[in-house]
Formats: sequence, structure tokens, C-alpha cells
Amino acid sequence: MKNLIDIKDLSTQEIQELIEVAKDIMQHPQNYVEKCKHKKLATLFFEPSTRTRLSFEAAMMELGGNVIGFSSASSSSTAKGESVSDTIRTIGCYSDIIAMRHPKEGAPLVASIKSTVPIINAGDGGHNHPTQTLTDLLTISCEKQRLNNLTIGLCGDLKFGRTVHSLITAMSRYENIKFILISPEELKIPEYVKKEILEKHQIQYIETTSLEEHMKDLDILYMTRVQKERFFNEEDYVRLKDYYILNNSKLTTAKQDLCIMHPLPRVNEISTEVDDDPRAKYFNQVRYGKYIRMALILKMLEIK
Amino acid sequence: MNIDSIKNGIVLDHIQAKKGMEIYNTLNLGELDCSVAIITNARSKKMGRKDIIKIDKNIDLDLDILGYIDPNITINIIKNDIRTQKYHLKLPQEIVGIIKCKNPRCITSIEPELKQTFILTNEKEKTYRCKYCETLKED
Repeated sequence: MKNLIDIKDLSTQEIQELIEVAKDIMQHPQNYVEKCKHKKLATLFFEPSTRTRLSFEAAMMELGGNVIGFSSASSSSTAKGESVSDTIRTIGCYSDIIAMRHPKEGAPLVASIKSTVPIINAGDGGHNHPTQTLTDLLTISCEKQRLNNLTIGLCGDLKFGRTVHSLITAMSRYENIKFILISPEELKIPEYVKKEILEKHQIQYIETTSLEEHMKDLDILYMTRVQKERFFNEEDYVRLKDYYILNNSKLTTAKQDLCIMHPLPRVNEISTEVDDDPRAKYFNQVRYGKYIRMALILKMLEIK
Repeated sequence: MNIDSIKNGIVLDHIQAKKGMEIYNTLNLGELDCSVAIITNARSKKMGRKDIIKIDKNIDLDLDILGYIDPNITINIIKNDIRTQKYHLKLPQEIVGIIKCKNPRCITSIEPELKQTFILTNEKEKTYRCKYCETLKED
């Protein structure tokens, strides 16, 4: 694997291998502390994202490697008008692997075409964020001990939420998956996701505006934030941002082994009272994110 | 109405009625140094009405562009008054430099040397998506 731009770049076998390596890292971290010695990861964040950038950097450091990079476009040559292609060709001379976030959709694909070192897409606008999806898959695998036979509730912004689209794409490859798609009318899942993924793979799904209606059936509840940066119109954002708020009373009918996930950061969509519920797994999810990124870096650098 | 037959050249037949001028302009046929005839609204048993373009010279045509505009066109190659080849078009797998991505968040909106490229993602429904941001081509 040369690059990871889209979760579809990975076969289910490759995903399984990454999950197994990540689990092994969790169990035997001491075996990995020098795996990337003398290797450099460049984190090119043309758009700020503390969480993803630090996750990549922590992952590389725990593998014994080094990190270079920038955390906003204003501190890169982009501010001087340099193209993505030129930036990538330059950074490739200093690093062994690049993790890149860019507000423009498709920028990591352009980078991968020009780059001499592997490119990991760390998020491109509202388009793809494959390492979040890998994080979600590792979380599900660890918390539910399976990736099949699951009823998954996806709640919030299903229109612009890239994590949701990627998760649906990834999970549609596994057997007996059912989705409950919970969103306000304005933020419903796009038609092309229904047509080209769900219906194409004959995946069962229900669309609803009610968070409580199917709560009792869920194995996983994946909450999402309504993201201000995806809206051109401030009014729409203000009207929709607090549409769903998960609290303890809404969880009364939920299964005892429900797994509550969120890609974070949250704003109001999960009340802090839920944090103490053992079913809340969103901070575990952050930790899993670091381990799956460690596994990914090893795979892309072809280090055993 | 009579249009002379051509001795050596190309006849684009079965063009969807009213699409002839679009093809003429897109392929820059007006810049050729030979006669080009456009027949619009010709009677057709198969199509009811159709357009036809006759080019009085054998030139290299961009079949991808033609296939994208109208995949049902028939191309006839004429040599010494005889049709030597006849072939049908199909939707191209990739269209480069013809359609512009309308997504303001697409990398093509800021990367100057990047060629606008659309990929055929669903042949049955003639769906094309931007290679970079996967936005659907607007009709």
C-alpha cells in the first residue's frame, strides 16, 4: 500500500491485519518502541486539527520516530501562494511518510500523485477521513469483539458528516449490518450514499428523526457533531446544532452492552452526565485512534 | 434539401436532434480548412429527428468528447466514395478538461495546473464524478 486516501483503498483483509497489529501494540507496547527509529513523519495540517495531528504525532513518537510539520496553512508556504503539488514534492525530501489535512476536497489525492513518499489523508474538507474510520473499526472490534451482526445507529449530521459516510462504506462490507439513520430532515443521508452504498450492497436501513424510537435495538450508537464549518449559512447551523442531545434518560431503554461512540470533539450532542456511563466509549475511541495510526504507519513504511 | 456526398471524410450520423451545433463548437470544427456540413432535424426512421455532420476530410476526432456529448452517434469513415469503417461510440471512462467541478471546496478550484477530470462511476445511469472530490457532475 503506497497511500491511504480513501477507506476504500483498503481491502477487508488489510483492515483486519491493521486491527490485529493495533491490538498487539496495545498488549505489547514495549515491542514497538524502536520500530520507527530514524524515520520521520511530516504532519502537514493546512487546516487546524489538534486531535488528529497529536494522535499522529503521538503514534510516531511511541514507535521511536521523529515528527516535523506545521499546524496551519498560515505557517506554511501556502501562505506565499505555493501549490499543494510543490509543497508535497518539497516535504518528501525531508520525510519518510506524510500525514496531511487540507480544507480542499481531493488535495491528498493530488499530493499522492506527486509524492515520492507515502501519503495518509488526515481529512480533506467534508470528503474523506480514513484514519477516523479505521479508529472506529478498531473501537467496534475491541468493544464488541466483532465487525458483523450489528445494528448501528448513526445520529446527527448525516449529510455533511464525512465520518458517517466513510463508516457506512466500511461497514457495508461486513455481514448482517443494519443501520438506523437518525437525523433532522435537512441533514439526512445523501441520496448517493443510499443508492451507491446501502442499496447496492443490500444493507438494511431505517431513516428516522427520533433518537429514542430505535434505541432498544442498537448495538452501537454513533453520535456526530453538527459542524459549523460545513455550513454556508449561519442561520441553518444555529437552528440545527442542538437538535439531538443524548442524556441518561434517553438511554433508559438501551441495551446494557450498547457502545456509544463519537468522533469528537463534541459540543452539546452528548451530555457530560453520560461520560460516567460504562457504555460511553468515546474517550477509549481516542486512544484506539493512536494505536491504529501506529499500525498504519508501520504498514505504510513496510516495517514488520 | 441536398447536401453533396463526400469523397473522403467523416460522417457523424444519428446525432440527437439539436446537438449538432454543440458538437461542432466543442470539436472546433469551424477551424478546419475543409467543408463541414451540419444537417439539423433530418428525418430518421430510428430516431424521428436527428442531426448529421459531414466533414470533407479525414481528421482525428476526440471520441471521448463525442461519446460524452452523445454516446449514440454513429461514425462513418468514407474513403474514395466508399464507407470503409462504421463504429459506435460509448461513454468514456474518463473526461479530461471538458467539465468544470462546481464544488467550491474542490482542490481543482485552487490548484492552477490541475486538469479537471471526471470519472464514469455508474454506466447505467451515466453518472460522472469529479476524480478529486467525487462531486456529481451537474447536468
